[in-house]
Amino acid sequence: MMQPQRTLHEFHGGLQLEDHKSTSTSRPIEEAPVPAQLVLPLLQHIGNPARPIVSVGDTVLKGQMVAEADGRVSVPVHASSSGTVVAIEPRDVPHASGLKAMCIVIETDGEDREIETNTVADFTSLSPDEVRERVLSAGIVGLGGAGFPSYIKLNPQTFAVDTLILNAAECEPYITCDDMLMRERAAEVIAGARIMQYALHAKTCVIGIEDNKIDAYAALQQALADSDDIELVRVPSRYPAGGEKQMIYTLTGKQVPSHTRPLEIGIICHNVGTAAAVYDAIMHGEPLLSRTVTLTGSGIPQPRNLQVRIGTPIEDLLSLCHSNTGDIDRLMIGGPMMGFDLQATAAPVTKVCNCVLAIHTRDHLPPQATMPCIRCGECANVCPAQLLPQQLYWHARAQEFDHIQDHHLFDCIECGCCDVVCPSHIPLVQFFRFAKTTIWQQERDKHKSDRARGRHEFKLERLEREKQEKRERHNRKKAALKKDTDKQGDDPKKAAILAAMKRVQEKKTTATPHPKNVDHLTPEQQQQIDEVDKRRAEHKAAEKEETDKPS
Amino acid sequence: MIRSTPQVPVTASVSRLMLHVGYALIPGTAAYVWLFGIGVLAQIALACITALVTESIVLWLRKRPVAQTLSDGSALLTAVLLALAIPSIAPWWIIVLGTTFAILFGKQLYGGLGYNPFNPAMLGYVMLLIAFPLEMTTWPAAHSLLDSAPGMQASLNAIFSAGVNVDAISAATPFDALKTQLGQGIDIPTTLAAPGTGSLFGHVAGIGWETVSIGFLLGGLYLLFTGRIAWQIPLAMLGTLAVLSTLFYLIDPAHYADPLLHLFGGASMLGAFFIATDPVSAATTSRGRLIYGAGIGVITFVIRSWGGYPEGLAFAVLLMNMAAPTIDHYTRPRAFGDQG
Repeated sequence: MMQPQRTLHEFHGGLQLEDHKSTSTSRPIEEAPVPAQLVLPLLQHIGNPARPIVSVGDTVLKGQMVAEADGRVSVPVHASSSGTVVAIEPRDVPHASGLKAMCIVIETDGEDREIETNTVADFTSLSPDEVRERVLSAGIVGLGGAGFPSYIKLNPQTFAVDTLILNAAECEPYITCDDMLMRERAAEVIAGARIMQYALHAKTCVIGIEDNKIDAYAALQQALADSDDIELVRVPSRYPAGGEKQMIYTLTGKQVPSHTRPLEIGIICHNVGTAAAVYDAIMHGEPLLSRTVTLTGSGIPQPRNLQVRIGTPIEDLLSLCHSNTGDIDRLMIGGPMMGFDLQATAAPVTKVCNCVLAIHTRDHLPPQATMPCIRCGECANVCPAQLLPQQLYWHARAQEFDHIQDHHLFDCIECGCCDVVCPSHIPLVQFFRFAKTTIWQQERDKHKSDRARGRHEFKLERLEREKQEKRERHNRKKAALKKDTDKQGDDPKKAAILAAMKRVQEKKTTATPHPKNVDHLTPEQQQQIDEVDKRRAEHKAAEKEETDKPS
Repeated sequence: MIRSTPQVPVTASVSRLMLHVGYALIPGTAAYVWLFGIGVLAQIALACITALVTESIVLWLRKRPVAQTLSDGSALLTAVLLALAIPSIAPWWIIVLGTTFAILFGKQLYGGLGYNPFNPAMLGYVMLLIAFPLEMTTWPAAHSLLDSAPGMQASLNAIFSAGVNVDAISAATPFDALKTQLGQGIDIPTTLAAPGTGSLFGHVAGIGWETVSIGFLLGGLYLLFTGRIAWQIPLAMLGTLAVLSTLFYLIDPAHYADPLLHLFGGASMLGAFFIATDPVSAATTSRGRLIYGAGIGVITFVIRSWGGYPEGLAFAVLLMNMAAPTIDHYTRPRAFGDQG
């Protein structure tokens, strides 16, 4: 297969980091055992949490949907093994906040009984819509770490997709799950990519892989040996080469405009792990039940990659790798650059959990005192988003949120390069996250208060309208009355009194009720009535006497 | 505590940066000592002690951590740069006063390192130059100009003893000599050819000073190639100075000094690599640094050629310090993906 050499474009900044990858690539991917308990968070993706469709006590099978998608930006969750639902409650989840979130807890029965799946021999027998439908119902999200529902990114909408990019950079140090997946399942990754290309009507498909993944590159090359529909491109290993915008720029020279999606410039980027999951979902009807997780770092005696059922508690994986939690100085989910500290080891592996990084106490990095910014500009030199982190920092510190947005805060991808080079050891990204969340919060508050104000204004308007109507009614009445009195005489007061008196008179006369149906009475009937009337009168008199008596 | 900082060892630090700038000053300083005597070392020692004492007192008054702040090395660097900038035979109180002023008014009153709009050393220098013009323009003579090089005692006497006649060990700097002679209507070729003044000019740019400048250039290149200073400022500054001086020298060599004198005769090398590159008070964007450096080059040339002072670098730096925030504002790089 000969293809024209693609011109690569070098993105600004970035860092050459020690990759620490070889420690976890010496063993093949191992299957992690099914844990005693599966903890399935309802929110493992970007969007709305899934809605549980099982109750406590239900028996579930492997692959059975236990929570359905709620809205467009949401995906279902499936039981990754068979067992019984024992709780639906807040549990520890791997999240930077350390807060608990709703989970479906399944006590596994060890039998791993599966629901029936339907395989497809040829994916082109499905329409692109059916492909998306199946990807959605398989609960597939971006497995590179972002966790955006994949079926949405398989929909070209009204755009013409020029290039489907399969991101195989895996640029963060330590993480090797994609690397190992490509080595072992290259054909499936490629097949998944073809399904994606089909669903997107993408003209071309390019796989961008960092040039340090020699074995994975060879495996992909072999899988592509007899075809030339997919281009395999090695990109220089430089963090963050795998950032979506960086990868797109490296391969195409196109910059994704701020605040827009790559789709708008005809490009879609998917992770290689996602491609393999799409393959499983479409060809074998298997929902996303497990993922490859790298367990690595000096705190893990036997670093390796595991194929882990979604929902497996991380502590189970640590003990599987003979890790002694007492020796661990820092336990992170994700890579050393963008990962976050895990607060509770009971938290489960989720769909987006690509790496468990444990640092031994002997590798403890002492926290370094933060010094004032000396404006050296190193941060700007390494910023792949071409921002001025130190200016952002000044504005974040001063809480000048207008200025900070003028400096493109929201183009910051939080890669952490600026943190690493800062001679003053300022936790820059932390400041930027703080600024972002504060701005989001302010916008939410503003939205809320806008709505409240809208409601209030509507109420005032209604009250005013009612007042106006009342006044009009009143005026009409007054006018009518005036007409009346005009007819009656000169003195409106007198006329009013006269009219009132007349009304009273009328009321009096009509007040004494005329007995009804008494016009054509027979003499007997009349006699009966008279008797009744007499009795009633007597009774009334007696009653009166009774009440008049002093008690 | 939740850490969200990367788990990657961070090697850069402010104190390490300052330390390397200090290392880079060694070749120039060594040449200075070799050619002009050990006076400069005494000045450096005095300046360092003064800086540490002043900064400690201010930090103590401001209730800031003293040891941690002093260890950043920035006060020491300011002290060393000021000591290198003033005449090495100036009396001791000059450097003490200048350093105190630089640390107190140039730095700490603005809030300490990182907050000072002006280069503290240059602020101290300019204060001294305006307040004590005589002491600040009595430069040491290169030992090769003297019949016998003064011993250690004689050099120190000039600094520490009052009433010592420094005329015996002082001489005009090349720019001084040119300015004085031009003021008397003597053009540059005549000055260079005259037996009295001609000997001041050494091989290319001032006896002694040219060697010291080469020392600072070497140190500067070390900083440049180890990525500790941005290339834009020294390149823009020296480039502008070279272009302007060449242009005027070609037009009128009788009244304008040659480019080599501009580059190696005065404070250009020390200024370009060690003073203008002070990140705190300089522009910070790439394009901004080019403008900033070029501005210093232009102003230095203007003052040297037409101003009242023989050397204009300190003024140029301070003036461009003032312009730095504005320059940064208008030279913001286009963010990745920014269409506007």
